[in-house]
Amino acid sequence: MSVADKVQEVFNEPGCTTNQAKTDKERKKGCSKALKPGAAAGGCAYDGAMIALQPIADAAHLVHGPIACLGNSWDNRGTRSSHSQLYRTGLTTDLSELDIIHGGEKKLYKAIKEVVQQHKPPAVFVYQTCVPAMIGDDIEAVCKHAAAKFGVPVIPVNVPGFVGSKNLGNKLAGETLLDHVIGTQEPAFTTDTDVCVIGEYNLAGELWQVKPLLEEIGIRLLSNISGDAKYHEVARAHRARVTMVVCSQALVNVGRKMQERWGMPYFEGSFYGVSDMSDTLRTMTRMLVERGAAADLMDRAEGVIAREEARAQRRLQAYRPRFEGKRVLLFTGGVKSWSMVTALEEAGLTIVGTSTKKSTAEDKERIRKKKGQEFHMWDDLKPREMYRMLRESEADIMLSGGRSQFISLKAKVPWLDINQERHHPYAGYDGIITLCEEIDKTLSSPIWRQVRTPAPWEV
Amino acid sequence: MGHIQRFPTSTKSVATNPLKMSQPIGAALAFLGMDRSLPLFHGSQGCTAFGLVLLVRHFREAIPLQTTAMDQVSTILGGYENLEEALKNIDERMKPALIGVATTGVTETKGEDLAGHLATFRQRNPTLAHLNLVFVNTPDFAGGFEDGFAAAVTGIVEAFAEPSRSTVKGQVNILAGCHLTPGDVEEIRDIVESFGLTPIILPDLSLSMSGRQPDDFTPTSLGGTTIDQVRAMGQSEATLVLGEQMRTAAAALELKTDVRSLFFDRLTGLEVSDRFIRALAEISGRPVPARLRRQRESLVDAMLDGHFYTARKRVVVALEPDLLHAVTGFLADLGAQVVGAVSPTQAPVLEKLRAGTVMVGDHTDAEALADGCDLIISNSHGRQGAARAGVELFRMGLPQFDRLGAGLTVSVGYRGTRDLLFALANRFLAQETEHHADHDADGGGHDCHGGGGCGCSAG
Repeated sequence: MSVADKVQEVFNEPGCTTNQAKTDKERKKGCSKALKPGAAAGGCAYDGAMIALQPIADAAHLVHGPIACLGNSWDNRGTRSSHSQLYRTGLTTDLSELDIIHGGEKKLYKAIKEVVQQHKPPAVFVYQTCVPAMIGDDIEAVCKHAAAKFGVPVIPVNVPGFVGSKNLGNKLAGETLLDHVIGTQEPAFTTDTDVCVIGEYNLAGELWQVKPLLEEIGIRLLSNISGDAKYHEVARAHRARVTMVVCSQALVNVGRKMQERWGMPYFEGSFYGVSDMSDTLRTMTRMLVERGAAADLMDRAEGVIAREEARAQRRLQAYRPRFEGKRVLLFTGGVKSWSMVTALEEAGLTIVGTSTKKSTAEDKERIRKKKGQEFHMWDDLKPREMYRMLRESEADIMLSGGRSQFISLKAKVPWLDINQERHHPYAGYDGIITLCEEIDKTLSSPIWRQVRTPAPWEV
Repeated sequence: MGHIQRFPTSTKSVATNPLKMSQPIGAALAFLGMDRSLPLFHGSQGCTAFGLVLLVRHFREAIPLQTTAMDQVSTILGGYENLEEALKNIDERMKPALIGVATTGVTETKGEDLAGHLATFRQRNPTLAHLNLVFVNTPDFAGGFEDGFAAAVTGIVEAFAEPSRSTVKGQVNILAGCHLTPGDVEEIRDIVESFGLTPIILPDLSLSMSGRQPDDFTPTSLGGTTIDQVRAMGQSEATLVLGEQMRTAAAALELKTDVRSLFFDRLTGLEVSDRFIRALAEISGRPVPARLRRQRESLVDAMLDGHFYTARKRVVVALEPDLLHAVTGFLADLGAQVVGAVSPTQAPVLEKLRAGTVMVGDHTDAEALADGCDLIISNSHGRQGAARAGVELFRMGLPQFDRLGAGLTVSVGYRGTRDLLFALANRFLAQETEHHADHDADGGGHDCHGGGGCGCSAG
């Protein structure tokens, strides 16, 4: 299947609620908004695919392209691994002018060979980028040949940047896993409580805040796609009893197709905030029991939920008086746009508004349900407007990704990173406390008064 | 030093942990040294996103950078329309004083005619005649960061510098290569001004990338060289050319203006600083200020105090060519032994290097050369290899995403050289004293599992 066909297929994703509301004609047009030259921001499809797959830590991730694609970007995300560190090794064919004239297929083949010999990975993911796609390098053929020759799965990830956005790249990465990885190996044994989680990347070690709770309840995380994952775990994901899709917009196609092929149901959930975390545990255990797990699983879940909620509430108490009247401007996307809202309100903060640029219709509906129609939702909040809001004290702190941090900091307003470069895990019951502590730390920093003081020559 | 192994032939097809970054980012940085400018990459949106994140992480500043957002269709059919739309959108929304356009691998593989694009744009948009534009060819698949920086500076000179019949007494041009940090540029301005001279620095990163606090939201660079200043370069008494990479721009400037050029391949070190100071004294006809005389004494004293710790130390350096030359040259000045000098790209300056092995390579090559060495000097990407090699990493160059103030460290002139000497000597001194003490005390228990994950480089 060509990339164009694949892109068309993911645009047709029936599991996506936005799509369900569209006419056939609208669906065909696809869901990626046309980018406006000179006024666009965000990563490309290759970027998105890397985000989704690179956390598979013991695999080699080889980028076929000129130096820009990997050289400018490697080692820039905080996804963590408890085992192999191979995923942090930047590997690229670094195509030169001569390679482009002669074609890059032979170099790619040799590169795969060197990677297999040097690192002995259980699999090699090969990422196709714009330039070799333009000159017609057939990476699928090269990968197939290399896999046969070296006896290791070599997986083509066909995601040249010009096909679309980061989000599309996430989806294409999911398709790649469905086409080449999931279902290719069998687990040694299965249990009634095997689950697969999709779209959790273990940023700052977040998965590790959740996994022990699952284990305590008696749930086995058969496969996490893809934070802290081993290749063979991903390959065995099809034996899970239930699938949880974390970042709803990006990888819902994987959840739905797994259901189609292997029959396990999926649900969308979040690990952020006390009530969403509890909801997730309840849904997960209920669905497992519906599929035949022993009913006491739910009792154990309730036990853990009761204990953790009580503990979290006790710890949150300390922050509530400090957070009273403090207003937050939330600028993030997808699942975080609604799950963070709940999480922050539980801590006593007031949310001024949230961005919904990268959120699905369903994400927005959830926010509306929680907050009512009056609540500010910005599809496209311009940096200048954001700056004005902060400067005019319409919010006390902004939570966003690294890219918009300076809008806040140059307005001399507190800011906290809640995207991929953050250093602290915010998932699970412990995560919300960590988040509160970080917010409190920056809000109460003594620097704000000092940095807002005019210079001696200005008064 | 005895025999120098130059450019051992490499048969590698895979670049592992690349040292190289691509040309467009270098060009973007040069454009950011222009006042109220906005760099624009002609390519897919990912090209811009990666470059932006890289520069944000290093400088911890907002980076104005836009994209022509090429998609599949425009990539095949040609991107003129995207480029025109981008230029118009940027002019309308941000009103920059300059838009610097850099091509990427995508548009260069297609073979877009940039000069033709510029002519067409001017022809079709007579109402936008006020818009200052510089177009440069910076393919991702040739050269690297330093080449892109140099190409942009040459482009700026060619676009705006003008010949003049008159000379302004005391005015000098400074072409500042990318081996100089914004802090270095600031230091150079101070030194030059202390002779009563008026420098025009191109590009001037000290005015844009050094933590400026704008009064209002600014979507362009926060300061830098103005176009009027570039126009006035023809009235200067001399051009001080800093870095081999600036030779092409210097030749272009001399050709256009007849202002004589003086080359300084590095300004880190006692003798090279002496040469610079002597030149300034001659141009200005003034005696060397007392402050600089004291600084020279201080550097001499630092060399006397510090040489015990630097002599015969075995060091591997992996940096962009001109910075590599400055650092390896200075290490040789201190009696240290440069075991390996690794450059990401080929450059004429490499012929000057004195090192056991001089090669074009990646971080893995530096790691291999570092076996049994005392120090690796490289950017933050060197941390994984340094940890594996069990050698300390001293961070210089770009990117340095795990250190604050990387853009403001000063290592030029008497004072900057002295500070770098102390920083280096202190690392060796610490290795000789503290590290042994630590290991005696806790049995060598460094609580890090290698891989540099904790940000430490000791391993």
